[in-house]
Amino acid sequence: MAGFDKVVTSYEDAMAGLEDGMTVLAGGFGLCGIPENLIQEIKRRQTRDLTIVSNNCGVDGFGLGVLLEDKQVRKMISSYVGENALFEKQLLQGELEVELTPQGTLAEKMRAGGAGIPAFFTATGVGTPVGEGKETRVFNGREYLMEEAITGDFAIVKGWKADRYGNVIYRHTAQNFNPLAATAGKITVVEVEEIVDVGELDPAQIHTPGIYVDRIIQGSFEKRIEKRTVRSAD
Amino acid sequence: MALTREQMAQRVARELQDGFYVNLGIGIPTLVANFIPEGMEVMLQSENGLLGMGEFPSEETIDADMINAGKQTVTAVKGASIFSSAESFAMIRGGHVDLTVLGAFEVDVNGNIASWMIPNKLIKGMGGAMDLVAGADNIIVTMTHASKSGESKLLSECALPLTGKGCIKKVLTDLAWLEIEDGAFILKERAPGVSIEEIQEKTQGKLIVPDHVPEMVFA
Repeated sequence: MAGFDKVVTSYEDAMAGLEDGMTVLAGGFGLCGIPENLIQEIKRRQTRDLTIVSNNCGVDGFGLGVLLEDKQVRKMISSYVGENALFEKQLLQGELEVELTPQGTLAEKMRAGGAGIPAFFTATGVGTPVGEGKETRVFNGREYLMEEAITGDFAIVKGWKADRYGNVIYRHTAQNFNPLAATAGKITVVEVEEIVDVGELDPAQIHTPGIYVDRIIQGSFEKRIEKRTVRSAD
Repeated sequence: MALTREQMAQRVARELQDGFYVNLGIGIPTLVANFIPEGMEVMLQSENGLLGMGEFPSEETIDADMINAGKQTVTAVKGASIFSSAESFAMIRGGHVDLTVLGAFEVDVNGNIASWMIPNKLIKGMGGAMDLVAGADNIIVTMTHASKSGESKLLSECALPLTGKGCIKKVLTDLAWLEIEDGAFILKERAPGVSIEEIQEKTQGKLIVPDHVPEMVFA
């Protein structure tokens, strides 16, 4: 590895340094745009006591759901976790903690974390259980909650294409939380479908500039569809 | 007769305007997309990061990287844009979405809404609902007027944990179109053949009944 070349060739190297008790930010919405292989590598490593920040927690047997199988997750920070029976079971048995966070607040917490903004004010959640115990302030006659930023020891991200310098573009709505997570990891690992030559990506079309990215790896992806919906043939 | 789900969607669709950016929640709100008037341009926002949501794909065009906020596979219309979830919620929180339609468990006379959590039942999460109700100015809540056991969902005070405080001004139920003003529901329209008495009986919160309450008309 030299200069700005961030490519690693094994998943073991991609997740090197992950330790028990760390916080991992994960991109993806539902099963769309999730770092499938990086998640599998966390499972393989059997790292435990993790705090995972991700909008959802996968499904049974796929995505972040696989990390529940061996009870590797201590806490999830998510906006919606309803698609996962094992999650439900561990939550009810007290083996897993969940911090439910509004989706926009979660996205903004990651964005702020990556941008060096320690906290921000939002109207989202005022007067609801989310606002309990949080500092509020009134701006222009309206009440706002203070929400603190999130950063992670690792961010695991799924991109479409990247160059060796770690410039990343995402495909369609597989973008979702990925560029936000990418900014907020102390070590940001991006797995992509294709690594292209430096210079091949249009600089003006880069979603995640390489400065945020520490490691790039090319993988192959199942891309499971959670809710396959087609229009009726007519 | 109480409105069908389709009629509810049809009634909500009358609030659409040409050039509106609209966010539709899951359930009845989703059906509103089927009743966009001919010749009117409306762009649907999906909070995972898509503005200009199109119809469901065909078997040939289905794409795992192209989903909506309900995680269903979708397409994008011509002129659509795709962005991160932070950008998406900047649109929502910044008040850029012209109309938001979503379901609820309860609404009260102060415009409070409860739609995400029933204590002692499994809590799945609020998703983007709290952001949507806090960020939008123009919100229509769609729900049945009363539960299956007959309990009113239009209350003097929400009993369930809130999704948002003081943010709802318009409610469409299967029985009526109501607006919330100065601590009361105002009965604006009623479903065809539904009596004012029935609506009064099924509205627990303060209800103001104007002299004339027109019946909705459906083609």
